Amino acid sequence: MFDIQTQLFEGPDIRFGPIDHEKDPEIEARWTHDSDFMRMMDIAPARPLSAAMVKKQYEKLEKQMEEDKNFYYFTIRARDDDRLIGRASIHWIEWANGSGHIRLGIGAADDRGKGYGTQALRMLLRFAFAELNLFRLTAFVPEYNEAAIALMKKFGFTQEVCRRKALERDGCRWDLYVFGLLADEWQKQAKA
Amino acid sequence: MNDVLTGKYVRLSAFDPEEMSKAYPRWNLNSEYQRLLNSSSRFMQSSKAALKWMEEEVGEISPASYYFSIRALDSDKLIGELGLDVVNWSGRDAFVGLGIGEREYWGKGYGTDIMNVLLRFAFTEINLRRVTLTVFEYNPRAIRSYEKAGFRHEGRLRKVIKKEGKRWDILFMGILREEWLAANQE
Amino acid sequence: MKELFRGELVRLSAEEPETYAKADVRWQRDSEFVRLMGGELALSSEKKIKEWAEKRLEKGPQPERYPFSIRKLMDDKLIGFLSLWVDLIHSEAFVGIGIGDRDSWSKGYGTDAMKLALRYAFLELGLQRVSLTLHEYNPRALRSYEKAGFRFEGRTRKEMMREGRRTDVLWMGVLREEWLELQNGVNS
Repeated sequence: MFDIQTQLFEGPDIRFGPIDHEKDPEIEARWTHDSDFMRMMDIAPARPLSAAMVKKQYEKLEKQMEEDKNFYYFTIRARDDDRLIGRASIHWIEWANGSGHIRLGIGAADDRGKGYGTQALRMLLRFAFAELNLFRLTAFVPEYNEAAIALMKKFGFTQEVCRRKALERDGCRWDLYVFGLLADEWQKQAKA
Repeated sequence: MNDVLTGKYVRLSAFDPEEMSKAYPRWNLNSEYQRLLNSSSRFMQSSKAALKWMEEEVGEISPASYYFSIRALDSDKLIGELGLDVVNWSGRDAFVGLGIGEREYWGKGYGTDIMNVLLRFAFTEINLRRVTLTVFEYNPRAIRSYEKAGFRHEGRLRKVIKKEGKRWDILFMGILREEWLAANQE
Repeated sequence: MKELFRGELVRLSAEEPETYAKADVRWQRDSEFVRLMGGELALSSEKKIKEWAEKRLEKGPQPERYPFSIRKLMDDKLIGFLSLWVDLIHSEAFVGIGIGDRDSWSKGYGTDAMKLALRYAFLELGLQRVSLTLHEYNPRALRSYEKAGFRFEGRTRKEMMREGRRTDVLWMGVLREEWLELQNGVNS
């Protein structure tokens, strides 16, 4: 069935949108002060940023998307008031191999645990496989990020690599998992 | 995971050049503050000039340098600044510098609290092996504060500062990862 | 203290941009070499390669990157390159190696260079872990890395597509404690 009518960027409670350079920096700057969120979101050290610094980062992201052409960055926004609630991206795309990496995070603690991550990942996967025609997606998830691991498994990702003690955080070393999902695997569970 | 940015009285926040460049000139009018913080006197700098060099210094995000502004938890007021610079990656050693610009926050345990937060960040987020600082012999309040945070005396550069006709030492203090972990991990 | 840059068969060295470009412009045309090493197949001019190498030197030595050239001890011939990319925060490095000189394949030079790289990473940089990836279709490299002490950690399935076939990328890693144990068990 050839369905181009279903909106790729709309979910039940969330939608994907472009960066809003006026409103978003302030909100994301606040997230960077939440070390719990930052430690889940990124392997690089948590460091609080000002709105001005976030704005600069946004500018770099847009420049990268334009120049490298192997990177898609989406803001995740609440359907009702369009406010920024997270970020999702497909990056390091190698067109010759049909491969890409994904990352996604819901920024504010109040917005977590509501299924927004699931909705966002579902949309991201559809975009990657049914629009970009990628063959496989990869995600790196630290051992301590149980919510992300559960989300990976829910969508049929396989844990393919265990990079032993690759991270150090909070005084101990952690494993870093590499998850992978192939297009035909996604097809099966998207249909189900 | 532990919150690496919040303490009992303060939280570490983004170093915002716009905000800091306005606070700096005000804090630096206090010559006692200047003398406690710097071994050689600074010229008086305008907000505009301060903004420019701050944007350059702090603008680049590097794994070797971390700048923070310090805010009081109750009022969210900007009370000071903090910097951490990794000087040696093999030894995983960094220098820390701290200044509480708002005078009314002196002598109330804020310094120790700030250091506690900083050390948690240094040892569990940047994964350093040691943190070093220098402090002037004529700043006993700071010396006590750092001792409370776990820093140990490691030596002194003798009579290297001259102020008001007297010579003073610069003290070196340091704390090791294993020392901090032993005292702080639950 | 142990000698860091001399092994049994090779030594690690540094090259001028000119020397680097002269070697690289030749080796980049060996598509089998590039495909095994995992590089990008493109043909750049020697001039461009030299400019790019010079640009990289402008910043001076960086703690995040350690590039080396590999030369045979026997006749000092330049046979390939090796680089360490360091994650300073997590104290881990990724290593990449390519022996461009075909005559030097399957003679133990790669393994010897890799052993030097590990010694450097653990004893000079004080790292906790060294990692690498390689292609499923490069069994010679897999054997070499195993000999150097790397352990297999998994495979990202069908990540590459070449000549109409999908192949896996293999991931390997060696921890500091494992490597130290290896050194203690074997006489150097």
